[in-house]
Amino acid sequence: MRDIFLRRRMWRRRPELQRNYDAVIIGGGSHGLATAYYLAKNHGLTDVCVLEKSYIGSGAAGRNTTIIRSNYRTPEGAEFYQRSVELYERLSAELGYNLMFSQIGHLTLAHTERAMVTMAERAEVNQLLGIRSRVVDASGVKELCPEIEIGDTVTWPIMGALYHEPGGIIRHDAVVWGYARGADRLGVEIHNATEVTGIERSNGKVTGVQTTRGPIACDTVVSCTAGWSTLLANMVGVELPIWTSILQAFVTEPVKPFLDVVIVSSQMHVYISQTDRGEFLIGAEVEPYSTYSTRATFPFLEYSARHVLELFPQLGGLKVLRQWAGICDMSPDYSPIMGVTEVDGFIVDCGWGTYGFKAAPIVGTTLAELVAAGTTPALIEPFALERFYDDLPVSELAAAAVSH
Amino acid sequence: MTFLLLCPNCGPRAVEEFITTGEVTVRPTAAPSRRELSRYIYFRTNAAGSQREWWYHRHGCELWFLAERDTRTNEVLGTELPPATRPEAG
Repeated sequence: MRDIFLRRRMWRRRPELQRNYDAVIIGGGSHGLATAYYLAKNHGLTDVCVLEKSYIGSGAAGRNTTIIRSNYRTPEGAEFYQRSVELYERLSAELGYNLMFSQIGHLTLAHTERAMVTMAERAEVNQLLGIRSRVVDASGVKELCPEIEIGDTVTWPIMGALYHEPGGIIRHDAVVWGYARGADRLGVEIHNATEVTGIERSNGKVTGVQTTRGPIACDTVVSCTAGWSTLLANMVGVELPIWTSILQAFVTEPVKPFLDVVIVSSQMHVYISQTDRGEFLIGAEVEPYSTYSTRATFPFLEYSARHVLELFPQLGGLKVLRQWAGICDMSPDYSPIMGVTEVDGFIVDCGWGTYGFKAAPIVGTTLAELVAAGTTPALIEPFALERFYDDLPVSELAAAAVSH
Repeated sequence: MTFLLLCPNCGPRAVEEFITTGEVTVRPTAAPSRRELSRYIYFRTNAAGSQREWWYHRHGCELWFLAERDTRTNEVLGTELPPATRPEAG
């Protein structure tokens, strides 16, 4: 009997925290855990630990609205996210863990002529890269989503949309747990409740980290800490072009399934999907001021609910179950910041704004390659921190956020 | 309402009436290098704690002013007119 239970354990026996590792990954979210997993799986590096100040998936990985897509505006961005979607498509089988990825399609609504032009541009960029995106008119929207209100009595009547077939939703906690279990089984150590309080450097090179559980020596530190990136980078003297703000979401009580496509409207600052449990999951735009407070706000709920009801008046009787906020690293060009810094051995993965979760698999793959091989993979070269010193932004404002 | 800001003209108002352009930055001195200029344009202190920032009363008196705010709690510690627009300066 005992053997059966042992074999079914999710985790290995919890390892002791060592005083020395080849690499330390800060942040037990989807990015940190994916990086740890691919370091072990693709490169055989297992003398690695993930340090999480709270519990795995407690930050942005557990607070996002679970949308996966690759319909970006810049070729650099679209190609990057497309590789991520492809990895997500195979991930359940690879990890042996059901991530409940449903590629139900993704509609980005356009309410103005200008927005239609942007959608056409995005469709062209996507199609050139082999990504399935196309522009549909208002009747096309109605065909793909018969429940939506497309009449002209609403504040912003729908003119059309960018339809992105491979887009969809996934179970975000399962992505965290799947990667964590995969990394754990391959020998990587994951330490919860272990906060990094300082990073040691000597002669421009990382030599270790200070934690609430004592010092650890290492040559490589990868910072995957979403909203806290500036504070981490400051520990080692690296400046970042980031401001921190909160993104909020709420979820309604569950109802029978009727929405089987993700709806996004930049104009109305909302994205809407129905989860596998039947709840309506609604997200919004970041607050316009910088903050590290994850307290949710009532104006957000009021504003988002009003817009959602214009698109789906039939949701009017639904009760809101809960509302929350997660903190985000906003970068100046709405593209991420990944790779080496002027401090040897300190690698950043930040500036993910409101769109980091969908990139976890490709972030893990490319960062693991960077750590193991010591050279920056071509796919992430455009996202180097140095681009801001060279004034070469990769502007993703048209597609990365709902604010434009 | 998320928190209150004290507009130097209008008194305490909901933050939704205002917009902010973020933390106060220091212009580089004459003839900056490209690196200094880029650093000024893009890089931010992004303090977790007290931060001095620019605010504009968009849905009100359209005044630009400075505020000191704790970014961990959103508590506004004080607001004031920028030095150049104070009555005694002009």
